[in-house]
Amino acid sequence: MDEIAAGLVAALRLIVTLDSDLVEISLRSLQVSLIAVLIASAIALPLGAWLAIHRFRFRRATIAVLNALMGLPPVVVGLIIYILLSRAGPFGGLGLLFTVKAMIIAQVIIITPLIASIAHQAMRDLWAEYHDLLISLNTSKWQRIHTLIRDGRRALLTASLAGFGRAIGEVGAIIVVGGNIDHATRVLTTAIALETGKGDFALALGLGFVLIALAIGVSITTHWLARTEKDSRW
Amino acid sequence: MIARLAALALALTLVPAHAETMKLAVTTSFHNSGLSDVLLPQIEADTGIDVQLLVVGTGQAIRLGQSGDVDAILVHSRVAEDAFVADGYGTHRREIMYNDFVLIGPAIDPANARASESINDALSSIARAKATFVSRGDDSGTHKKEVALWASTSRDPADFGIWYKAVGSGMGAALNTASGLDAYILSDRASWLNFGNKGGLELIFSGDPALFNQYAYLPVNPDRHSHVNAKTAARLEDWLTSDVARDSIDSYQINGETTFTFNAAVE
Repeated sequence: MDEIAAGLVAALRLIVTLDSDLVEISLRSLQVSLIAVLIASAIALPLGAWLAIHRFRFRRATIAVLNALMGLPPVVVGLIIYILLSRAGPFGGLGLLFTVKAMIIAQVIIITPLIASIAHQAMRDLWAEYHDLLISLNTSKWQRIHTLIRDGRRALLTASLAGFGRAIGEVGAIIVVGGNIDHATRVLTTAIALETGKGDFALALGLGFVLIALAIGVSITTHWLARTEKDSRW
Repeated sequence: MIARLAALALALTLVPAHAETMKLAVTTSFHNSGLSDVLLPQIEADTGIDVQLLVVGTGQAIRLGQSGDVDAILVHSRVAEDAFVADGYGTHRREIMYNDFVLIGPAIDPANARASESINDALSSIARAKATFVSRGDDSGTHKKEVALWASTSRDPADFGIWYKAVGSGMGAALNTASGLDAYILSDRASWLNFGNKGGLELIFSGDPALFNQYAYLPVNPDRHSHVNAKTAARLEDWLTSDVARDSIDSYQINGETTFTFNAAVE
C-alpha cells in the first residue's frame, strides 16, 4: 500500500516540476491517441450510421464480426502490423516500423471496430425514430446518414471517447510496433511498462496517475467543447 | 471539415528530423543497468549520432538484425552471434565489454546455495531442494546462459517440476516475479544492482568464471539490407571501442560497485 502513496507523490513531483521527459511522453501519448481517434472516427462513425440504415445480405454477419472485433487482442494486432511493416515484410520499404505512424496505424485498427459498434447501436435506435420521417421526405441515403450523425452527435461523441479511452491506455500493440524508443516512440503506457520492468513501482504508478488525469482532462475538455450536460440543453 | 482534420493529423505526425540517427537493438540488461543512460548522451555529444535504442532480449535483437529493422545490435550470446555473422546477417562481431551473471535468491537460502564452491554446485543444490527458481524463458542471452549452466550440471529444465517457473519476460519483470515468489533467479549483475524492488532477495552466489558475460557489437550487413545505415553504425563502433568509451564504461558504478569492464581490442 505504501507504494500507491509513493506513486501519488511521484506523480505530483513529476507534474509540479514539469519534468521534461514527462511532458514529452505525455504529448506523444496524446498525439498518437488523438490522431488515431480522428482517423478511426472518420471511418467508424459513417460506417456505424450506414450499417444502421442500409439493408444488405450480410448485414447481420458484418455487425456480428464488427462487435467481435471490439475484443481484438492488441498484441496480435501489433504483431501483424510489425510483420507487415518489418523491412523483411511486404511494406518494409516504407520504413514505418518503430515510428509514431506505425503506432497510429495499430491504434486505428484496434479502436475502429469499437467506435463503429457503439456508433451503430446508437444510430440504430435513432433510425427507428427517424425512419418514417426521413423516408417520407424522400431523402437520399447520404442525407439520411448526415442527419443521423448530426442529431446523434452526443452518442457519437461517447463512441469516439470510448475509442480514445482504449487507445490512450493501450500498450500491447504500440510497444511492439513502436519499440518504446526513448525520445522517439516512448509514450506513457510503454514508459509504465519499462519502469515496472525496472522495479521502480513509484515512478510507474506516478506515470499511471498522470495517464488517468490526462484521460479525464480530454474527456472533460471534449464535453465542454461540445456543450453537453448543460442544464438548459439536452 | 474532414480536410482540415486530415491536415491537422498530418501536421501532428511530422516529427522534427534529427541530423543523424540510427537504430540499435540492445539487450534489456544493457538498458536496465542504466549504462545506456550514461553512454547515449556522450555519444550524441561526441559524434552527433542520435542512437535510438530498441530494448529487447538477445533473441529478438537478432531477429531485428536479420530482418534489417535495425542498423546494429549489441547483445551477449556468443553462439547466436557467431551464427548471425556466419549466415551473413552481420558484417562482423566486435567485443565491447563484459559484466557477470549472479545468482539471486531469498535471504534465508532454503537450498543452501550460498556455501557452494561453483555455480554448478549452487544450481545442483537448488535442483535437489526443488527450491522455487524463476527462469527468463524468453530466449534472451541471460536465458540461454542459464540453460547452458543447467546443461553443465547434466540437467534439462524441460524435466523440472513446478518449482521451475519460466516466466517469458525481460530481466526486470522476471526479477519482479522472483521477488514476489521469494525464488532463485539468474541475473546479470548490473540489472540486479539497479533493481528497485529487491524485497527479500539477496545476492547468493557470484564470481565463478563460468558466469562471465561478454557483450558484442554486430553491425547489420548492408549487402543484405541496402537501406541499413552502415556508415553511422561504423562510426558508433569507433566510439564504442575508443578510450572515451573505456573511461565511461569502466567508471560506471551502481551503489559503489563497478558493473561493466571494457575489453574491446584495438584494431
